[in-house]
Amino acid sequence: MPLNWKTGGVLLGFVFFLAVLLVKPIGVSTQFVILDAMVADAVNPSLITQTDDGAYTSTNAYLAKSGGKYAKNAANPLNYSFVFVLAMMAGAFLSAMARGGVTKDERRLPAVWYANYGDTPMKRYMVALLGGFIVVYGARLAGGCTSGHMMSGMMQTSLSGYIFAAGAFAAAVPVAMMMYKKEA
Amino acid sequence: MSIFLAIVIGVAFGATLDRIGATSPNWIIRMLSLRNLHLMKTILLAIGTGSILMFAGQMIGVVDVMHMSVKSAYAGVFIGGLMLGAGWAASGYCPGTGVCAAASGRKDGWFFIAGGLLGAAAYMVTYPSWKASGLLDNLAGGKVTLGTVPGAKYDGLMALSGDILGIVLGVVFVIVAFALPERLNGAGPAPVAAE
Repeated sequence: MPLNWKTGGVLLGFVFFLAVLLVKPIGVSTQFVILDAMVADAVNPSLITQTDDGAYTSTNAYLAKSGGKYAKNAANPLNYSFVFVLAMMAGAFLSAMARGGVTKDERRLPAVWYANYGDTPMKRYMVALLGGFIVVYGARLAGGCTSGHMMSGMMQTSLSGYIFAAGAFAAAVPVAMMMYKKEA
Repeated sequence: MSIFLAIVIGVAFGATLDRIGATSPNWIIRMLSLRNLHLMKTILLAIGTGSILMFAGQMIGVVDVMHMSVKSAYAGVFIGGLMLGAGWAASGYCPGTGVCAAASGRKDGWFFIAGGLLGAAAYMVTYPSWKASGLLDNLAGGKVTLGTVPGAKYDGLMALSGDILGIVLGVVFVIVAFALPERLNGAGPAPVAAE
């Protein structure tokens, strides 16, 4: 059972506040691009280059945009935003372990999938793969995800956060209702 | 120092997402199918709490207004939002909760990450077409907040005082969190399967 929503909500709000107080608002989805760029640059070192004045750029237009900030972060993996995502993973791992871990059945197949589609893990993994593709493609097109646009954005009263949340829920609610007719 | 803060805040964020149930596809889908809005109430309360603390902190000078980071508004934000929403509901994960779920041992979380990396690569390749389409062109001034925040580098959509509006909207989020019922879809007690 998760935390009571009042406790959980205040705790989560405090983490978002802490981030903006100490550094900057939380965001995640950019780091998928950064990891891709790190791998691609390792395979093909001419992808990211440094000019004589020290600035970074790339042959890929997306990595080169906004003064090459993505190219720069991919060339310097020990940057705040990338380490942040690795630390998130560590935090979730430690928290899950501390509460006894996710059950073996859940780790293999979430209950809501089992209730609707039975014992079909391969099908579930393919849906997760395809879902991941659409989610991150959409997040990059939008310029942020649930963390950066919806939570950090609406918290700062940014117009884009509201536009993003409207789009996300307009699609998510009908898809969830159609795909998962049985509750669990 | 910045790496130290990345670790502290990152660990706190990941652990919190785990504890509020956001890393479980069961809870995400209960929320998105409107059968159990527990997680929705948590998120709304978090946005409200964060907003009130941040804007109040700015008003008393504790929070540096320059730490704000407002993203651009353009048509692609809505289209991308629709895509993310569809994938979020299908998989039960968004980028942050997906990486945390994988770390907590959920196998489908790793498939989600793999799909996400492919999606990011596909966007890197197709970015020039989106750029050329005009769908990434700023709307309503691009990086704008609803009110005008004193000392911020962003314009306001309205001349209203941005920090007061931020606190007011924060309070609205908190009220909506309390007012929202446990479930909107279906009858009986909201589902809470043991995990």
